Amino acid sequence: MYRYDEFDEKLVCERVEQFRRQVERRMSGELTEDQFKPLRLLNGLYMQLHAYMLRVNIPYGSLSSKQMRVFAHVARNYDKGFGHFTTRQNIQYNWVKLEEVPDLLKELAEVEVTAIQSSGNCVRNITADQYAGRAAEELADPRPYCELLRQYSLLHPEFSYLPRKFKISVTGSPTDRAAVALHDIGLRMHLNSSGKMGFEILVGGGQGRTPFIAHTIREWLDPEHVLSYVEAILRVYNIHGRRDNIYKARIKIVVNQMGIDKYRELVDEEWERIKDGSLNVPQKEIDRINDYFAPPVYETLEDVSDDLDSLREISADFDRWMNSNVVAHKSAGYSIVNITLKAPDRVPGDITADDMDALADLSERYSFGEIRVSHRQNLTFVDVQQRDLHSLWQDLDAIDLATPNLGQLTDIICCPGLDFCSLANARSIPVANDINQHFLDVDRLALVGDLTVNISGCMNACGHHHVGNIGILGVDKRGKEFFQLTLGGSSDEGASLGDRLGRGLPQEDVPEAIEAIVDRYLETRNDGERFLDTYRRVGIKPFQNAVYGDVSTKVVA
Amino acid sequence: MALINNGALVEDDFVYLDDDANLPEDDAVIVSLERWQASRENLLRRSAPIGLLLKSDQLPECIGEGLQRLAVIALEFPAFRDGRAYSYARLLRDKYAYKGELRAVGDILLEQLHFMVRTGFDSFEFETDDPLRDFEVAASDFSVWYQPTGDGRDTASELRWRHLDPVLSTCPVAGPKRTDNASGWRSFLARRA
Repeated sequence: MYRYDEFDEKLVCERVEQFRRQVERRMSGELTEDQFKPLRLLNGLYMQLHAYMLRVNIPYGSLSSKQMRVFAHVARNYDKGFGHFTTRQNIQYNWVKLEEVPDLLKELAEVEVTAIQSSGNCVRNITADQYAGRAAEELADPRPYCELLRQYSLLHPEFSYLPRKFKISVTGSPTDRAAVALHDIGLRMHLNSSGKMGFEILVGGGQGRTPFIAHTIREWLDPEHVLSYVEAILRVYNIHGRRDNIYKARIKIVVNQMGIDKYRELVDEEWERIKDGSLNVPQKEIDRINDYFAPPVYETLEDVSDDLDSLREISADFDRWMNSNVVAHKSAGYSIVNITLKAPDRVPGDITADDMDALADLSERYSFGEIRVSHRQNLTFVDVQQRDLHSLWQDLDAIDLATPNLGQLTDIICCPGLDFCSLANARSIPVANDINQHFLDVDRLALVGDLTVNISGCMNACGHHHVGNIGILGVDKRGKEFFQLTLGGSSDEGASLGDRLGRGLPQEDVPEAIEAIVDRYLETRNDGERFLDTYRRVGIKPFQNAVYGDVSTKVVA
Repeated sequence: MALINNGALVEDDFVYLDDDANLPEDDAVIVSLERWQASRENLLRRSAPIGLLLKSDQLPECIGEGLQRLAVIALEFPAFRDGRAYSYARLLRDKYAYKGELRAVGDILLEQLHFMVRTGFDSFEFETDDPLRDFEVAASDFSVWYQPTGDGRDTASELRWRHLDPVLSTCPVAGPKRTDNASGWRSFLARRA
């Protein structure tokens, strides 16, 4: 993992002290709320429905057990005993008090965690594949580049007042777990025709009320130019992005109004001018940062199968969990283990302080004390010895964190919704709970297989409904909450936006509509087809018939 | 309105000239881009200093011929949220090699002064009870910089390599620097050579 040196540490401390002075000026009345707002937002502090909410960064989704324990401590001492993992590798605290935030930030800074730029119109937390450096099929570890970009974007003097927020995500694997095509800039590592590793650069993806899949602005970029190319994209955006309407201010709007070819022309012209300047990243500097991300020292092991097979025969629960939550590792004898925060009685992404502490302990016992956070609001142990899998499963099961539903329809992405958020139109958490209660049969869930359900409480799309295989959007119609379903969205490689199924449904009808969609899929699928594959083959009609035909009596006119 | 120029509180020698006002023969004036474009030769004919105010939707490339003869370019921040002028400042310094006074005017938060200094501004119009003290505090909020912005400051990356590898000629991250600032990397190299 990356460790702060004296420079990183000093900057973060200076930032905490700057914010402490700003809070003092606010408390004394020297600053009005209007003047204070942009300052607190650059430190991740929002005013929500009931209280201040603090959003904390987990750069590229990588956490140490020590950091997790501090998250637990913060949850207990500054919040109501829990935290909420978001879709951008952040943790949010919903009940903080303004006057306590400087001390809270100081405690986080001591374990190299910040809330800097977790909100505001600036470059946000740099996110990555949660299996970075470990996935069996990965080409290269994206984290050294994420760290370069983290430092580059932190308090950037030119780009701290962009037209709108700016999100960057990086994947080093052909399997996209970082949703790179739904980011303002997405970086995908791949080999060029001469076998050299570089980046495909995507630009202008995003969700919200005007969703777009990103365009490829450059097929392949030498890693030494990654910062200068990002700077050229940012500079063109800072100058040409719209400032007259916040709903049209994201880079996706400029790129799509101007056209990707014109945008590329402007970026390339600027990049040619700066590419061999001081932003050039020589191999020696990449190597220096790469050393921080060296894998732990693995034991020389063989893949374990016989022992596990017999344990799987004894316990159907263990077998289910192995099938759904355990993933191939690049090192023999090791596995990647996912811990979903999506049990039937849970708020998706929420975690208590006690569970944080328990997971910190388990990560030290089983996975070198490292925990990853995924954009699907789950946690991951990335270095578990296969011979320990059964005992880890027992330990997780004992604290109700062995729910075997990774990637299944109850592994729901969900925004905080109207229960917390001042923007929401509808309550999203109760819909997630209803779906969970409706689909309690774990064998049926396993039979259905990969199917992502994403729920947003409003068109700002924090719950990623546009890219759920089934997307659910809360809307307000004449003071009543309705839910609009979309099908066929995906944030993975070959990303797509969902198609609108039909009229909105009242909350109580959502689970049955999903049931009808799932039934139609099971009748229609060919062997080995995921829901998304079947949908892409047969289109939306059969599913419209399933929902609005068979359950037409429930559809609201 | 107070004017801080190169870290000192100074009298403003310039007046902003309305587009329809007569051009005085001997006064230092700042004119709009429209007036500059319409009567460039007439403005440059005088011996008194001439300055230009760029609004936030007017790109530096609009200035055209005569840019190096401008004594001041004032970049407007119509609202503190509008960050275009940071990029204009970078372009004026780096791309157009503008060496004159670069002035920030408009809606400026104290917390932004640090960013303005780093992007190439050297003078600032703002009003507080004690502008010089406020400027000094705001401009020194931070002592670590990650980004090379051509302002002569050593980035964290350069300092790391200097520590790792005292033989400076092998430092892999030293890029070109714009200013001759004494703390700059290039002048540091020159002193060590």
